[in-house]
Amino acid sequence: MRDLINALLFILPWIVGLLVFTVYPILASAYYSLTKYSGIKSAEWVGLANYVSLFTKDKLFFKALQNTAYFSAVFVPLSTATPLCLALILNMKVRGMAFYRTAFYLPSIVPAIASSMLWLWILNPQYGLANELLRLLGLPPLGWLSSPKWSKPSLILMSLWASGGGIVIFLAGLQDIPVHLYEAAELDGANSLRRLFHITLPMLTPSIFFNLVIDLIWSFQYFTQAYIMTGGSGGPLDTTLFYGMLLFRNAFQYYKMGYASAMAWVLFVIVFVLTYLLNRSSKTWVHYLGAEG
Amino acid sequence: MNNTPAALAQPSGFTSQRGGWRARKHRRYVISQITAHAVLIALSFVFSVPFLWLVSSSLKPNEQLFKIPPVWIPKPFMWSNYPEALTYIPYFRYLKNTAYICTFTVIAMTVSCSLVAYGFARIRWPGRETAFMIVIATLMLPYAVTMIPTFLIFKRLGWVNTFAPLTVPALTGSPFNIFLLRQFFLGIPMELTDAAKIDGCSEFGIYRRIIVPLAKPAMATVALFTFLASWNDFLGPLIYLINTPERWTIALGMYGFLSYRFTEWGLLMAAATVTTLPVIVLFFFTQRTFIQGITLTGLKG
Repeated sequence: MRDLINALLFILPWIVGLLVFTVYPILASAYYSLTKYSGIKSAEWVGLANYVSLFTKDKLFFKALQNTAYFSAVFVPLSTATPLCLALILNMKVRGMAFYRTAFYLPSIVPAIASSMLWLWILNPQYGLANELLRLLGLPPLGWLSSPKWSKPSLILMSLWASGGGIVIFLAGLQDIPVHLYEAAELDGANSLRRLFHITLPMLTPSIFFNLVIDLIWSFQYFTQAYIMTGGSGGPLDTTLFYGMLLFRNAFQYYKMGYASAMAWVLFVIVFVLTYLLNRSSKTWVHYLGAEG
Repeated sequence: MNNTPAALAQPSGFTSQRGGWRARKHRRYVISQITAHAVLIALSFVFSVPFLWLVSSSLKPNEQLFKIPPVWIPKPFMWSNYPEALTYIPYFRYLKNTAYICTFTVIAMTVSCSLVAYGFARIRWPGRETAFMIVIATLMLPYAVTMIPTFLIFKRLGWVNTFAPLTVPALTGSPFNIFLLRQFFLGIPMELTDAAKIDGCSEFGIYRRIIVPLAKPAMATVALFTFLASWNDFLGPLIYLINTPERWTIALGMYGFLSYRFTEWGLLMAAATVTTLPVIVLFFFTQRTFIQGITLTGLKG
């Protein structure tokens, strides 16, 4: 009994936070999503009207959904593969690993405002570094962020530059692989390629799974860089209008709090379903060391 | 370890079968090391080029920014870009605002999360596992769901356009940091605290005198991650502070700068460099803390 009281005192900050910043907002958001609400005048009950107009009338909603799905589908696999490959190379016991690790990791901690400014300048169609590189390779210059076709790949490229954080997770995973597995494989005459595909990658699947989940959730909430780089417009031709930006616009520029809340719930369901599917699929491809079956 | 230069040179003299095998193995090792370094140097160059471009652009006079092909070494070095950028916008006021928010958030977060983590890791009580499952579940919740009602709470309190919405929530901790510290606290042997308990030390005494001193590395990790999140935050200040320019953070101030001086790349890059520098310096001083922290949250548990 005394333990319980003590424990509750210790976790009190979390309980308050849970009630004020999680439970109440979830309930309120669910309620707002069924109302027309500007945040000033009292909420007016409209039933499912917000959801109906999202799915039947709002062209921008589908555009934003499409943009976000595109971003996520391209970004998530690449942002897992890139640090994975880098970590595999780094794990070859090369000297100066700390130096290389730093070089790959640093971009991931640069403040979004600074990296967005920097990449706006790199991707500048006339004077930017990106087009200069293309010129050196003898390729035609691109419009990058000003081209409807290349705007999303531009943002993905920039996000990949900052995806080195995963390296540390993969390196930790690599260090956890028992050495005796490799010794046994070597005795059996398995070459390095076979060891990679039959030991290293299977043993790394928990780290890969973890990285995929984190990046999936992140990519569906992608906001800051696209907002800064397009000044919130989502241009050109709404090709960089991501879900989070449209939601922000509805909530804080149009003060359609009810409508934006409905958007938030749709997002929640999408992210939840995708995470659930990924989690279910994990049973067939993720191997936990020491787990049965 | 046989990869010293002498060991590598030696096999060339051997022609016996065993020596030949060794030589081949060493040659393979050398080739793989050289390939790995070549690939790594090329890739780390690719990752670093944007930084070089950033610093180079921040020191260029205007006409050199718009040269094709671009110049890498500015001539002359326009050091004056820095003072100009930092005075054109009230950068030091933004810095003061950001520093205030960061300091408050880091202290509040470290204290609250360590208390909560103690309750989850060091005291046994009925319902503990269920409650901890809720912590994990909230980790997965998209911020979009709680963003609007939270804004409306702060609006009713009259806290919009003040720092409070960006600092006060830290007093209640964050699931990620609670998770991280709990993992660490669980790893401290119970025997260490049992003796103190028998001697009549209170739970808070144990927390303060035994657990906190032992958990300094993990708490440093929380402080570091919290500082970064706070320093880099854009959406929070955008929602709560956009209408009070005197309370803008660096991120908001730079966004404003970008929107009205968007062609003065030298100044913008100078401001971006100054904003990035603290983060990079911090990283170099705390590399170990970083790596341990990420490893700790990664997968263990």
